[in-house]
Amino acid sequence: MSGGARPLLDAAVAERVLGKALETGGDFAEVFAERRGGLALSIDESRIESVQSGAEEGAGIRVLSGGTTYFAHVDGLDPADLERAAGEAAAALRGEQTTPRALEAVATESQPIEQRPEEVPVERKAALLRELDERGRGQGGEVAQLSASYAEARRQVAVANSEGLLCGDDRTRVRLAAQAVARRGDSVETGMETLGAHRGFELLEDDPAAVAESAARKALTLLDAVPAPAGSMPVVVGGGFGGVLFHEMTGHGLEADHIQKGASVYVGKLGEQVAQPLLSAYDDGRLPGEWGTDGVDDEGTPTQKTLVVEDGRLAAFLYDRVRADRDGVPSTGNGRRESFRHLPIPRMTNTYIAPGEATPDEIIAGVQKGFYAVSFAGGQVDPATGDFVFGVSEGYLIEGGKVTRPCRGATLVGNCLEVLMAIDAVGNDFEMKTGFCGKGGQKVPVGTGQGHVRVAAMTVGGTQVQ
Amino acid sequence: MSGGGDLSLATRAVESALEAGASDAEAFLSEAREREVRVHGGEVESLSAATQRGMGVRAWIGHRVGYAFGTDLGEEGIAGLASRAAEAARASDEDEFAGPPKAEGSPPSLQLTDPSIESASPAELAEIALAVERSAMEADPRVTGVEAAVYGGAAERVAITSSAGMAGEFEASSCSAYVQVLAAGEAGVETGLGFQLARGPAGLDPHAIGKEGAARATAMIGAGKPESRSCPVVLDPIVAASFAGLIGGVLGANAVQRGRSPFAGRLGDEVAGEALVLHDDGTDPEGPNSSPFDGEGTPRRRTALIEGGRLRAYLYDSYTARRAKAASTANAGRGSYRTPPGVTASNLIVAPGELSFEQLLAEVGEGVFVTDVVGLHSGVNPVSGVFSVGASGRAIRRGELAEPLREFTIASDLVSMLRAVRAAGSTPRWVPFGGSVSTPPLLIGEMAVGGS
Repeated sequence: MSGGARPLLDAAVAERVLGKALETGGDFAEVFAERRGGLALSIDESRIESVQSGAEEGAGIRVLSGGTTYFAHVDGLDPADLERAAGEAAAALRGEQTTPRALEAVATESQPIEQRPEEVPVERKAALLRELDERGRGQGGEVAQLSASYAEARRQVAVANSEGLLCGDDRTRVRLAAQAVARRGDSVETGMETLGAHRGFELLEDDPAAVAESAARKALTLLDAVPAPAGSMPVVVGGGFGGVLFHEMTGHGLEADHIQKGASVYVGKLGEQVAQPLLSAYDDGRLPGEWGTDGVDDEGTPTQKTLVVEDGRLAAFLYDRVRADRDGVPSTGNGRRESFRHLPIPRMTNTYIAPGEATPDEIIAGVQKGFYAVSFAGGQVDPATGDFVFGVSEGYLIEGGKVTRPCRGATLVGNCLEVLMAIDAVGNDFEMKTGFCGKGGQKVPVGTGQGHVRVAAMTVGGTQVQ
Repeated sequence: MSGGGDLSLATRAVESALEAGASDAEAFLSEAREREVRVHGGEVESLSAATQRGMGVRAWIGHRVGYAFGTDLGEEGIAGLASRAAEAARASDEDEFAGPPKAEGSPPSLQLTDPSIESASPAELAEIALAVERSAMEADPRVTGVEAAVYGGAAERVAITSSAGMAGEFEASSCSAYVQVLAAGEAGVETGLGFQLARGPAGLDPHAIGKEGAARATAMIGAGKPESRSCPVVLDPIVAASFAGLIGGVLGANAVQRGRSPFAGRLGDEVAGEALVLHDDGTDPEGPNSSPFDGEGTPRRRTALIEGGRLRAYLYDSYTARRAKAASTANAGRGSYRTPPGVTASNLIVAPGELSFEQLLAEVGEGVFVTDVVGLHSGVNPVSGVFSVGASGRAIRRGELAEPLREFTIASDLVSMLRAVRAAGSTPRWVPFGGSVSTPPLLIGEMAVGGS
């Protein structure tokens, strides 16, 4: 039954399911069908393990009526199960039958994949991990452990709705991750690195083992770390993964669901100055091959490039269909879901601060005594209050305009309105990194990016009270 | 839900894997029926119903192991799934400790279902979430709204069988309701969480949930930053549970055996203040994660982890137990049929002490009451145990709660923090953070607070 050739969502079946979903009323109905397949394996203690293969199919059916969303999802794509789920979704509706429009297929430009990962033998993937293991361990005798993982996933999705849209997308992502542990006496430090893209196995053509080398070097560097300082000071945030800062502190507050509930510090601030004029930022779901890129979002809206901060002024919010309808604006193609088991909600895709004028050296030279945050272990923000926190996985002291000693155990704490406004330099270097973003219990792949940026003053929470 | 049919499907998958070349195999089938209602502004925002049904197969070829899962439980689907599991085993390296768990002991008999989980109508479930929201709005004039009020519940049926003689089935249900309340602060909006867990909707008290969220949100109005200093700290059960969850994670034998735990090699050592007593208990009748057997069929039990200030045990599944020449503590957990079993705490129980909350504050004198932490998943180094996380809460002055505090950090390392536990409060509660944890508030003698 899991034959790859079978169409994901047959138009006639979809029309029947949509009709069933609107039998007792509703303004809009949608079927989201999905076939996902994946393979993951890892190496730990120099041994290939945790080889896992998955194959799933299922659908989510949603009916919108007034301000309420009715939703049901089911494992499997059997037409009878889909109709039953449609009935379940509509079970609480008591209105007049509405008739869906006839479906019209729209072609989607999915990301091109040069080498389908599922066609590469698993032995080659295992060999790749052995290469990572060797390279990581080769960085020095103090590398006590090295673990690495490879994951490939293909998501074929199809969307049909009562407005007559029928479209699909075929998404393939490949990701490598390495974690190293370095040990010297009682000192234990870890380093992480990842490489991922919305691309095929071709992503790994160019020295993939550098991922393990980078992880090992980070762990080794931290062996010399001093406890992080605590207090308010200038902070330089590194390029690439440093973009997590903007993602967390501003990006989430721009998602229209938070705005419409009054649970964002950016409510009513459209057009206002929220940053210095040197800062512009985008959310771009179309960046070729990037981790957060898709052809269409999970409601069938083409993804787009949205200017969210223009020369320091707040320029746009990020919309899915439901929130866009509520505000009477078009969706920005940000309606995403983790799988057919979830409702779409406004989510970021690839979010980044556009490159500025300063070189990274100039930015650091402007700091007498401060902190340099290169990468984060993660972060969290309360969009309502704007309070955020980041765990710093790689950080250094800046003394006399120079990066000096590595620090351990640092956290950045602040409020996004204040900190965004306090960014007084944006670097001309630029890099995108991959991540997974969690919201409302749903994890989706997102890209974050920026060059080096400097925050004039920010709270660093370390163990070294000064 | 179907009955014994699940077990026979699982048996067919095991046979199929053996035909595909596996020397041993195990199949895990689960079917979950879930319902969720989200309300906002007195209206139902969304109503969801879901069925999740799928199977995960572990196949061993000698000492190689592989895993595959799928949703297609037709004849061909099961055959494909079983052969993918065998293929995965062929791709992995030999591991002398890999092998199927042996059937042993008999599982405890537990009542884990509440009929109201399936019998309540969608309208009744919506009314729970609406009542939570109403109670929050009416609790205090400074409450301006609710970000979300949610009811969620699930009934699950699990069947497991293996070529090594495991065979079992059980049903369990659980539900929760929570609310994120917004209050008008002096400088901006404050938020507060209220929640409860139960086996079925009949066990929830919507009024109490709404009131808790409102109280937490309004308590934060006018919050400022504390001075950076080292001082005694009281952890709210929500915060204590998150830390307990972290500790449960690094007490997993997998982390320990791979040298990724601050507790590695410390069995029998003094690792905590006498006031801290920690158990893992997969048989607690009230535990949200209780079950007759774990994710690979081993009967659940109660295990003392930290007692008398000493580290008593690690958490084992069958693989890590064989590797350590120990017995499994029945801690093979599964997120769903999509994940293979791995070492996970079941329910972590922090034993209550003698002191009421007021007595804990009096004991502190001058310090900080931490009601919330953020960034725990990113701000902790699980290998060294060093952490620094964002926090909010209240000042403690002259033994009583004083002004609200926000945007500060607390920092220490897990072992130092455990050693500094001076007292446990007398009233525990179940918290869904850090897994499934029951804990009272905890008094930590000294901790670094980073503020202004």
